[in-house]
Amino acid sequence: MAQDNNRSKLLTRRALLLAGGQLALLGTLAGRLYYLQVLQADRYAMQADENRINIRLLAPPRGRITDRFGVALATNQPTYRATLVAEQAGDVTATLDAVATLIPLSDADRRRVMRDIHNKLSFVPVVIRDNLSWDEMARIEVNTLELPGVSIEQALTRYYPFGEATSHVVGYVAAVSEQDLNADDPLLELPDFRIGKSGIEKAYDLDLRGTAGTSQVEVNAFGRVVRELAREEGMPGQDIALGLDMALQDLAAKRCAAQGSASCVALDAWTGEVLVLASTPGFDPGAFSAGLTPAMWQKLISDPLNPLNNKAISGTYAPGSTFKPMVAMAALEANLITTETEFYCPGYFQLGNALFHCWKKGGHGNISLRRGIRESCDVYFYHCADLLGIDRIAQMGNRFGLGVNLGIDIPGEKSGLLPTRAWKMATTGVAWQRGETISCGIGQSFVSVTPLQLATYVARLVTGRVVLPRLDRHQGVMTPTSPVATAIDTDFAPLGVQQAHLSAVLDGMFAVVNEVHGTAYGARITDPGMTMGGKTGTAQVHRYSEAERAHGHLTGASVPWKNRDHALFIGFAPVSAPRYVCAVVVEHGGASGGEGGAVAAPIAHDVLLAAQQRDPARKVPEPPFAAPTALAQG
Amino acid sequence: MESFLESSGPRQSLAVKLLAVNWGLLLLLCCIAGIGFAMLYSAANGHWQPWASKQMIRFVVAVMVMLAVAAVDLRFWLRWAYSIYGCTFLLLVAVELRGAVGMGAQRWIDLGVIQLQPSEMMKIALVLVLARYFSALTPEEIGRPTRLAAPALLVLLPAALVMKQPDLGTAMMLVLTGGAIFFLVGVRWWKFALVLAAGGAAVPVLWRFLKDYQKARIASFLNPENDPLGAGYHSLQSKIAIGSGGLFGKGFGMGTQSHLSFLPERQTDFIFTMLAEEFGLVGGLVLLGLYTLVFVYGFAIAFRSRSHFGRLLALGVTVNFFLYVFINIAMVMGLIPVVGVPLPLISYGGTSMLTVMYGFGLMMCVYVHRDARIGRGGDE
Repeated sequence: MAQDNNRSKLLTRRALLLAGGQLALLGTLAGRLYYLQVLQADRYAMQADENRINIRLLAPPRGRITDRFGVALATNQPTYRATLVAEQAGDVTATLDAVATLIPLSDADRRRVMRDIHNKLSFVPVVIRDNLSWDEMARIEVNTLELPGVSIEQALTRYYPFGEATSHVVGYVAAVSEQDLNADDPLLELPDFRIGKSGIEKAYDLDLRGTAGTSQVEVNAFGRVVRELAREEGMPGQDIALGLDMALQDLAAKRCAAQGSASCVALDAWTGEVLVLASTPGFDPGAFSAGLTPAMWQKLISDPLNPLNNKAISGTYAPGSTFKPMVAMAALEANLITTETEFYCPGYFQLGNALFHCWKKGGHGNISLRRGIRESCDVYFYHCADLLGIDRIAQMGNRFGLGVNLGIDIPGEKSGLLPTRAWKMATTGVAWQRGETISCGIGQSFVSVTPLQLATYVARLVTGRVVLPRLDRHQGVMTPTSPVATAIDTDFAPLGVQQAHLSAVLDGMFAVVNEVHGTAYGARITDPGMTMGGKTGTAQVHRYSEAERAHGHLTGASVPWKNRDHALFIGFAPVSAPRYVCAVVVEHGGASGGEGGAVAAPIAHDVLLAAQQRDPARKVPEPPFAAPTALAQG
Repeated sequence: MESFLESSGPRQSLAVKLLAVNWGLLLLLCCIAGIGFAMLYSAANGHWQPWASKQMIRFVVAVMVMLAVAAVDLRFWLRWAYSIYGCTFLLLVAVELRGAVGMGAQRWIDLGVIQLQPSEMMKIALVLVLARYFSALTPEEIGRPTRLAAPALLVLLPAALVMKQPDLGTAMMLVLTGGAIFFLVGVRWWKFALVLAAGGAAVPVLWRFLKDYQKARIASFLNPENDPLGAGYHSLQSKIAIGSGGLFGKGFGMGTQSHLSFLPERQTDFIFTMLAEEFGLVGGLVLLGLYTLVFVYGFAIAFRSRSHFGRLLALGVTVNFFLYVFINIAMVMGLIPVVGVPLPLISYGGTSMLTVMYGFGLMMCVYVHRDARIGRGGDE
C-alpha cells in the first residue's frame, strides 16, 4: 500500500509537470496565433489580396482619324472570332466536327486548337477561328445550344475605309514590337494591342491610343476569374481630324494611280492645311494590323513602284523647270535683273568650251522674264543662275521651302538638297564648278526636292509668307458654323520679298497655262473665275551621252521606263486670288512617258478645279460628303 | 465470465452506467464537433454535401461507440489490453505487407462500410497497453532498465512500421505518446536525456530512410520562403490565410484563401487555418480554449480515478488528444513541418474521429469506474 501511495504521488507529480508542459505549448500556439493574426496581420492580409486580386488592363478604343469634314479615314470595326472552352465542351473533337459543318475549318486550324487546349488550362478560351464574317458569326450564334463551350467573342480591329488611297498619310497600326516596349505604357504588354507604325497613326499614336482602364478581378489558385471586384474605364483615344478633304484625296489618288508611280500634294495656301497628300501605288493598311505573311511583305518591298514609300514627302526629285520661278525670284531680289530684262537665246548657252542647250533647238531669240517662264527657256535661266551663283540660289530656294525640312506632322519626311559651295567641298572635297551652277539653275544636277516642298514653295509664292504645311486640323472637324480663314494666316512670317517681284513671276506662271505658247496650255481651266497658273517641269533621271543626244531619242516611249524623265507640275488657283496650290510628280512620265505639261498638269488641273468647286477651305459640302455606306458605323 | 463480472465490485446496470458518464465532457466534445460541422459546411462553399453531413453521421456513430466503450467494465479493457494491441499490430503488419505488394502507400483496410486505418487505432491501443504494462509495476521495477525494454519495443515497433508507410506524423505521435507515458510513470530524467542524445545521433541515419517528399517538407519548413511554389507552398499559404484573418476574421464562408483554393486540404489537415481565417484570433482562441477544457477534464478524471490503470489510461488518452491538437495547429501555423495529422473532432475523416472517440470512451470508462480498485495484477 505504501508502494502504491508512492507510485500515486510520483504519478501526480509527473502529471502536473506534464500539464504544465502542455500549458506552455498551448501558450506557444496562442502566442503564434497572436503573432500571425495581430502583429503580422497587415502583411498577410496584403499577401492574401495579392493572391486573389488580379489587375487586368482594358484596352481603350483607339481614336478615329477623319478628314476635315468628319469622314472616317481610320476607324474601329468589330470583328468576331469563335472560341472554345475545353471544360465546357466535353468532347472537343465532336464539338469541332459540329463547328466544321457551319464554318470552314482547316486541318491546320484543328491542330492548332488541339495544341492550345493541350497547353492551356481547361477553362481558358481557345480561338477556333479569327475574323469570322457576319454570316459565319451568325451561323454559330444560332447554333450555340448544340455547341457546348463554343462562343463568339467580339474585338475591335482597325479599319481603313479608303484603303490604298490614304495608306501613306493615315499610315497603319501593327503589333507591338520589341523596341516599342521601351515606352512604359502597360497597354503595350497586351497581346492584341496595336500601335501606329506609320503616318498619322504613328505621329499621333499617343493621342489616338487613349489610356488603359483596369478591371480588378478575383481569381482562384488556378487563375480562374471568380468575379470582378472593381472596374475603372480607361480614356478612349482622341479623334484626330485632318485638314485633308477626302473627296479631293480620292480624286488625286485615282488620277495618280492611273499613272503608276506618282504623287500629288495640294494645300490651302492661306492656312498651310494639307488637302491632298497622295502617293501611288499604295498598299492595304489593314493587312498590317492582322499581320502580314512573309510572302505579302516580300511582294511589297520588292515592287519596283515602291508602294510603301510615301513619295509625297520622302520622294526626292530634281525639280526641273518648276525650279525656274524661284531662280527668277532670286535674280529679281538680288537686283541682277528687272522684270523687263531680256536675254538672247540662240538655243544654247556657252561657258568656256561647254555648251548648255536650251530645250528648244533653234532658240527663243530675245526673251523676257515673262516669256522665259511661259516657254520655259533654259538659256534665260542659265543667265540668271550664272549671275546669281549657286549660294544665292540655294538661299532663296530655302526661303521658299525647297531643300529644307518642313516639319510635316508625319514621319518619313526627306529634306532633299539645294547644293552650295560649302556643301560640295564638305561632301566631295572638290571645289564648286561654275558650270554646275548653270545646270542647277534649271533644277537639274544636284538639286532635289520633295513634292511637299514644291507645293509649299507655290503656297509661299502666292502668299508671300513662310507657309508651313500640316496635316492635323487643330480646330477639329469643320461644320457649317465653324469659322473659316478669310485671309492669309498672319502667323506665317512674311517672306521678305517684294510683292512686285512675286506678281511678275506669278504672271509668268499664268502665261504658262493660259497662253497659246505656254507649256501647259492644254491643261488650262476654262471655267470662269477658276483659272489656274503653274509651271511644268521635267526631271532628268538619266544623264544622256553625246551619242544618245545625237540620235535624238531622249524622250518618249522608245526610252526604257527606268530611264525616262519624271514629269512635274506645280500650280495654283484661282489666279485672281490664289487659295489652292498643288504639286504633282509623275515618275518616269507615267503610263505614256509624257512630259510635265502632258502628264502632270492634267492631274493638277483636275485637283485644282475640284478644289475650287468644292472650296473645302471655306464651305462644308452640301450634302456632306459621305463615306461609303458599309463604313458608316463607329 | 460470470465469475469475472461477479468480482467486478458493485454491479451497475447499463442504464446506470450510461447516466454516470461525464455529461460535461460529452457536451464539450459535441461543441467542438459542432464547430467542425460548421467549418466543413463552409469548406464546401455553404453546402452540407459532401463533407458536413457525412461527418455528422460519423459523429453520431462515434458517440455511440464512445458510450459503449464507457459502459464496458474498466477491468475488461485491462484484461484485453494486450490482445487489442496485438490485433492492431497484426493489422498494421498486414497493411504493410499489402502495401508492399500493392501500389504505393496504402494505410487502410477496406471493410466495405468503413476504411480502417490501423495506424490511427494503434494510437489508442498503445496507450491501453502501456497503461496496462506500467500499472503492474512498482516504482522500483520501473527503475530497472530491463523492465523498460519491453514497453520501449511496444512503442518503437509500430512506430517503425508506420514510419515505413510512410506516415511521419503518426509515427511521431506514437513515439511522443509513449514517451509521455514513460515520463508519467516516473522514468528518470537522465534516461530521457540519454534517449534524446541517442536519437539526435540517429537523425542522419533516419534522414536516409525518409522519402524525398518528407525531406522536402522538412527542408521547406526550415526555409519556407525559399520555394514558395513548391514544397513550402502549403505552409506559406496557410500562414497567409491565418494572418490575413486578423483579429475577427473575414466572416463565416468568406475566407478568400480557403475558398479560392489557395489553401490546400481545407477540409482535412488545414481546417484550423480556415477557421482562423474566417473567425480570426477570437475564433482560434475560442477553439484552443475548448480544447484546453477537454485536457482539464482529462486530468481531472485521471486524478479522480482510484486505480493506477485508470489514471494512466485517462492521462494517456489526454496526452494523445493533446498531441493531435498541438501537432496539427503548430503545423498549420508553420511552427513545425507539415506532417499529416488531422485536427481531432473537426477535420473531415472517419478513422480519426472513431479513434479519438474510442479514446474518450476509455476516458469515460475510467470516469464511470473511478471508484473501482484494481490491483497490480489486474485483480482487486
